[in-house]
Amino acid sequence: MPLLETRNLTAFYGDFQALYGIDMSFDEGETIAIIGANGAGKSTFLKAIAGLIHGTPDSVRLEGTPIGARGAADIVKLGIALVPEGRRLFPSLTVEENLLIGGYGRKIAGPWTLDRVYALFPILRERRSAATPALSGGQQQMAAIGRALMSNPRILLCDEISLGLAPIIIADIYAALPQIKAEGTSVVLVEQDIVQAMKVADRVYCFQEGRLSLTGRPRELTREQIHRAYFGS
Amino acid sequence: MTGWLDALIQGVLLGGLYALFAAGLSLMFGVMRLVNLAHGDIIVLAAFAILVVAGKLGLDPFVAAALAAPILFVIGFTLQFVLLNRTLGRDLLPPLLVTFGLSIIIQNGLLQTFSADSQRLRSGAIETASIPLGGGIAIGVVPLLTLLSAIAVIVVLNMIFYRTSIGRAFRATSDDLEVAELMGIEISRIFATAMGLAFVVITIAALYLGLRANFDPTIGPARLLYAFEAVIIGGLGSFWGTLAGGVVLGLAQTIGARIDPEWQILAGHLAFLVVLVLRPRGLFPRAQD
Amino acid sequence: MMGEDAAKPMQTFRTGTSGRAPGAIAAIACVMLLALALLPVVAGRNLIQDLIFLFYMLALAQCWNLLAGYAGLISVGQQAFVGLGGYLLFALTLLGGIDPLLAIPLAGLVSALFAFPTALIVFRLRGAYFAIGTWVVAEVYRLVFAQFKPLGGGTGMSLTPSVTSSVPGIEWVKALLDVRTPAARDIISYWAALALMVGTLAFVYLVLRSRRGLALGAIRDHEGAAAGLGVDIYRVKLAVYVATAAMTGMIGALIYLQKARISPDAAFSVTDWTAYVVFIVVIGGIGTIEGPVVGAVIFYLLQRYLADFGASYLILLGTLGIVVMLFAPKGLWGLITERYDLALFPTRRRLVIPPPAEIVSKTQG
Repeated sequence: MPLLETRNLTAFYGDFQALYGIDMSFDEGETIAIIGANGAGKSTFLKAIAGLIHGTPDSVRLEGTPIGARGAADIVKLGIALVPEGRRLFPSLTVEENLLIGGYGRKIAGPWTLDRVYALFPILRERRSAATPALSGGQQQMAAIGRALMSNPRILLCDEISLGLAPIIIADIYAALPQIKAEGTSVVLVEQDIVQAMKVADRVYCFQEGRLSLTGRPRELTREQIHRAYFGS
Repeated sequence: MTGWLDALIQGVLLGGLYALFAAGLSLMFGVMRLVNLAHGDIIVLAAFAILVVAGKLGLDPFVAAALAAPILFVIGFTLQFVLLNRTLGRDLLPPLLVTFGLSIIIQNGLLQTFSADSQRLRSGAIETASIPLGGGIAIGVVPLLTLLSAIAVIVVLNMIFYRTSIGRAFRATSDDLEVAELMGIEISRIFATAMGLAFVVITIAALYLGLRANFDPTIGPARLLYAFEAVIIGGLGSFWGTLAGGVVLGLAQTIGARIDPEWQILAGHLAFLVVLVLRPRGLFPRAQD
Repeated sequence: MMGEDAAKPMQTFRTGTSGRAPGAIAAIACVMLLALALLPVVAGRNLIQDLIFLFYMLALAQCWNLLAGYAGLISVGQQAFVGLGGYLLFALTLLGGIDPLLAIPLAGLVSALFAFPTALIVFRLRGAYFAIGTWVVAEVYRLVFAQFKPLGGGTGMSLTPSVTSSVPGIEWVKALLDVRTPAARDIISYWAALALMVGTLAFVYLVLRSRRGLALGAIRDHEGAAAGLGVDIYRVKLAVYVATAAMTGMIGALIYLQKARISPDAAFSVTDWTAYVVFIVVIGGIGTIEGPVVGAVIFYLLQRYLADFGASYLILLGTLGIVVMLFAPKGLWGLITERYDLALFPTRRRLVIPPPAEIVSKTQG
């Protein structure tokens, strides 16, 4: 049984339809990359899984259990954590407090403790008492990922973690992914930076205007296929 | 000269009472962005609750307040969970109008139940006790206790907000509601808990309201205005700022009363308006905002 | 014969604000107006007084609706201008010797002047804090007037007989309708109230139909977007605040001319001039012109038959207000329009597409 499955997942913003019946599934431990142009519906897809957007119960299933209509707080408790686009750390909380609040809803024993997160991103330990707006973009992104990890999720959803960051910083952040995967967490990466995403993913999905336009293993896809799926014909 | 010094001291002590009124309002706005137009009336409601508990059980008001506090926590929690949570959203009108309606209901409900008679919380000897400071000036024990309680409440609130897990949740919710949900924070419960906590603060404020002066069902709205003025003068976002705001308001009122007793309340309002014109963000606003 | 290479006719579009059957509704309105104007001929004094109350409450409700429902300025301090208008009437007539009916528009003018600095201060607050700020201002007005001895100070005062009998037209009405001075004064007040109510309705309607009105509708629906489109929000809000202050001041002047007795607590009462007004608008329907009309009628009926129940009546009003706010936020009129798509005072813009016949005649012309 797949760990997560979406079936005919649709989403609207008012009258505007952002997703047209997405069918997707992945197994425990897999790393999935979702690519596509701006506005293709990638973030919307993650929000739907994370419970920020509600659908029919069956549209999303976690190990067979329908969770499509549940709220975000419930979804976190079930072990799905979202690193939101733009990081969105809490400005009133210090770095350490941001990490701690990540574990608020789901207090279960697991590999990710405060110390383990600091081990993953040592710079955060140095700046643990700083107010988050004072951090650089890369540091904020690390904090946001660390915050999500504190809930010991089974599935980590990452929305555009490379956005606005210099390549060397992006490489640093992606260097942390193997350790996350090593703990058994399944990772879903939404990315505009195709190169990095394809390097780490087991499978790639391409979105185009709210629909799945391509799916396959990174090694098996040609540049032309990706180009066509990304931009359309 | 002693008259002015006395006015200053009384102003600071009065500020303690206003800070207590304001702390609850500040808490509600800080966590939920809710301005509760029934705030003053709820303080009066709590005062009547203490009165009833003290009367029925033959207790001293301090003990009665301690007993009433958990009951008021539950009332506040329920009120938020069942009614006020429904009004919060992007539109400003529903929470304003629903709390306005609540204000009217509470005032008139109290009028029905208790009549318009003036009431007072009786605590025996300490009511009139005072500590002489020399030079003909004395500090009333009750006003002093009020100020000390205000400081204690603010210390405790700061401890809750900055040293506990639920305090982190309060601050996170106040920063970003959507992402707070992503942390597993159930917004409806957090709001209800904050409201329950605010009601406990209100109970303490009500205790000192009733000890210091007479109260009746109609004095709610004036307390709301004082609470609001103290919050704005102090600046949004900090409980200590609210204490400062209360003290400034108290000072403005007592100094105004020194000039002409009929000018006490007007002096307070004018001080508020002056601060609003000169420093719209208050005297001690939080750095970001 | 028109060949294929003849130019395609240009379709012209225009926007209009007419709803369905505008002509019929206007005709009915005129008839009703005439009937109301002639009512004193047949009506008893009690009915006249009741209608004066209904008219000025409706006028106040339209003002509050314009402020809160359209400009997004939720004020719980409009009693400041009711009281100000009332005191200005007393001051102008008693101290200034001015004709009472003339004093009404003058009171409006002065209220507008007071509204300017008031707005500059209160606009520094937003949202719910703005609301309480307006309440503080009203309290300041109340406390100041309570100190002003020439107009009665804290206990208030009454209009002298020389003022009440100098209302223009009293002799004419007495002769025409064979009534005594107090009743004649009431009838003049009735016509003044009717004129004010119609004037307020007309003003609100015309503002909302104008280009300013389009701006207001945009602010009501989405302030951020409106600002992005270049609507100068501050100036529009200031204009609305000052205009409603003027109208509210005039209404206050009329109210206290009719009551002939004023005191600070009554003139600046939150319950009478804000709570009831808000109730009317909420029950009837915020953000529409028809809503307050419905609300005012309902309120009048409730007040007439239930006001004697004192505190219980107020509890009922409060509860009704909360229930409507939660379950029917567009009020009773909102429920009606949801089913029937009516608009007695149409102000929403519709795109008017001309029928084909117009196009053909244009190309042949």
